[in-house]
Amino acid sequence: MFANTKKVEEFAENMASVDTVKGRSLWQDAMGRFLKNKAAVTSVILLGLILLFSFVGPYFAQWTNEEIDWSTLGAVAEKGRPSIESGHYFGTDDLGRDLYSRVIQGTQVSLMVGVVGALIAVIVGTLYGAIAGYFGGRVDSVMMRAVDILMAIPYMFILILLLVVFGRSIIMLFVGIGLVSWLSMARIVRGQTLTIKNKEFVEAAIATGVPSFIIILRHIVPNLLGVVVVYATLLVPEMILTESFISFLGLGVQEPNTSWGALISDGAGTIQYGTLWQLLFPLFFFVVSLFSFYFIGDGLRDALDPKDR
Amino acid sequence: MSEAETLLRVEDLKVYFDIRPEGAMPWTKSLKLKAVDGVSFDLKAGETLGIVGESGCGKSTLARAVISMVPAESGHIVWLGKDLAGKTGDAIRPVRREIQMIFQDPLASLNPRMTIGDIISEPLWTHHPKMKKAEVKLKVEDMMRKVGLLPNLINRYPHEFSGGQCQRIGIARALILEPKLIICDEPVSALDVSIQAQVINLLQSLQDELGLSLIFIAHDLSVVKHISDRVMVLYLGNGCEIATSKDLYAHPRHPYTRLLISAVPIPDPSIELSREVELIKGELPSPLNPPSGCVFRTRCPKAQPLCAEEKPKMEEKSDGHFAACHFPD
Repeated sequence: MFANTKKVEEFAENMASVDTVKGRSLWQDAMGRFLKNKAAVTSVILLGLILLFSFVGPYFAQWTNEEIDWSTLGAVAEKGRPSIESGHYFGTDDLGRDLYSRVIQGTQVSLMVGVVGALIAVIVGTLYGAIAGYFGGRVDSVMMRAVDILMAIPYMFILILLLVVFGRSIIMLFVGIGLVSWLSMARIVRGQTLTIKNKEFVEAAIATGVPSFIIILRHIVPNLLGVVVVYATLLVPEMILTESFISFLGLGVQEPNTSWGALISDGAGTIQYGTLWQLLFPLFFFVVSLFSFYFIGDGLRDALDPKDR
Repeated sequence: MSEAETLLRVEDLKVYFDIRPEGAMPWTKSLKLKAVDGVSFDLKAGETLGIVGESGCGKSTLARAVISMVPAESGHIVWLGKDLAGKTGDAIRPVRREIQMIFQDPLASLNPRMTIGDIISEPLWTHHPKMKKAEVKLKVEDMMRKVGLLPNLINRYPHEFSGGQCQRIGIARALILEPKLIICDEPVSALDVSIQAQVINLLQSLQDELGLSLIFIAHDLSVVKHISDRVMVLYLGNGCEIATSKDLYAHPRHPYTRLLISAVPIPDPSIELSREVELIKGELPSPLNPPSGCVFRTRCPKAQPLCAEEKPKMEEKSDGHFAACHFPD
C-alpha cells in the first residue's frame, strides 16, 4: 500500500519546482470568445482587406488621382466605363480622373478621420470621465455640467461654422470632430467609474496609500477599457458618417483631396447621366467598412461582457 | 499585557455622514447620519481586539475612520503618540505603511486585471519606489509561501483562484509591508466554514510569528471569541461594552451583550431546544434619529426613565471590564 510513497514524494517535489504557471488574463479570455464570433472575425478580415487595399492599391494603379484622361472627356458614360484595358478599373469620374485612385485616396482620408476622431474621444473622454467620476462631489458636478452645456450646442452647427470661418481643411475637420466626439464617451466612462470606485480593490489601494492619480490609471482605467473599446469601435463609423455628411454638404475635405462622402456626393450628382459606377464603388467601400465596424463592435461587446465571466 | 506599549488609542471618535433628503432644496440643511457616535478604545502591541455588532452598527465605518478613509467629525485617533484625525493625503501616507486592511469580499478586493504578483507587490511599489525588481519578486514569493500559496502561481489572475485563496492573497498584500496593525473587516464572513477556520488559523499563526496587532471585525460571536484577546460590542455607533473575551462571554454586564450572547446557537439540538432564548424586541432605530440618552433603551428589557435622559458613560465596572450602562448586570 505504501509502495508508491516514494513516487508520490517525487511527484510532489516536481510540482513544487514546476516553472511559474502562466495565468490567463481576462483579455485573453475575451479574445477567445471574440474569435468564436464568425460575423466579427469576417468583419475584421474585410476591414483588414480594405485597409490593405488603401495602402497596396496605388502600386496597381495605372493613373494617379490627379491625372485627367482627356480621351474620356465629354463621353464619360461610354469611354469612362470600368474596364481593365483602359486602366480605369473602377471607371472615371465626371472630370475624367481615375476612380480607382480616387477611391483609394478617399478610403485613406475617411478611415483616418474615423480613427483619429475615435482616438481623441478615447483619450480625452476616458481621462475626463474617470477623473470626474473618481473625485466625485463638486469636481464631478462642475466637469459634467460643462459636458452637458457642450452637448446642448448643436454640433453640426459648430462644425459648419468652424469650417466656414477658419476655412476648409482636414486639420479643421479633425479639430471640429475631436471637440464633440469625446462628450458622450466622458459620460459613459464617468458612469462606469462610479461603479468601479466603490469596489473593494480600490479601497484596498487607497488604504495602502496609492496616490489618487495612480489609482485612476492602474485600477480604474484598465477596468473601464472593455466598455471604452466597444464604444470606440462604434464611434469610428459614427465619425466616418459625420465626415461624409459634411463632405456631402460640400463643406468637408477640399479638392483635390477627397473622401468617401465627397465621392458619394459626386456620384449621386451624376447619376442621371448613366455613370452609376461613380456612386456604387465608393458606396460599396463605405457600406462594407461601416458594417464591419459595427459587427466588430458587437463582437467585442459580447466578448468583453462582464456577465459572461 | 498591561506593560505592552499602546499602539492605537481612539478617543470619542465620531463619524457623521451628510444625507440630503430626496428632492431637497440646495439651501436646506442636510441630515446627519451618525454612523459612529463617540467610540473610544485602545489597542496594545500584539493584541487582538474583536469588534462585534449587528449589521449597520458602524463596525466597518469605525475601521475606515481609523485608517482615515472616511473623515472623522470629531475625536482623536492617536497612533503611536501622533493624532491622525483630520489628516489626509501625503501627511498620512507614512502611517498607511503600518496599518493595513483585509476586506470582506475576497474576490472583489483584488483588481481583476492585475496578476497576483502585481497585486501583492503594489504596496511595495507605493512605499519603496526604488526597490529592485528582483528583490520585489523575492519578497512576494516569500510572502506567498508564508500565507500558503505556491509561488509559481505568481502570474495568475484573481478569477483563477477560490475564495479562500483570494483571501490569502489579500492577507499577503496586507503583510508585505510588515505592518504593525491589520484591520480585518469581516475577513471570513464570505467564506464557508472549513475555509473560515483555515484563514483564522493562518491569521493567528502569522500574528504569533510577526507580532502583529489585529482589529478583527465580525458579526459571528464565536469566531470573535476564538481569535480575540479583548472584545468590544457596538450598538448603533456607540460602544456598549469592552472586556477581555473570556470575561465578556462569561459575565456580560451590558444587557445588549447578554442578549447577543444568548442568541448564539449551540450546536447540540437537545440543549438548543431546552434552553430559553431571550430575543431582542423591536427594530434597530435609525441612525439618522437615534433615541435620546442610551441608544439601546428602546429595546432594553431593563430600561428606566433615567436611560432616556442621560447617556451612560463607558465606565470600568470591574477590573478591565468597561460597560456603558446605568444598570449593569
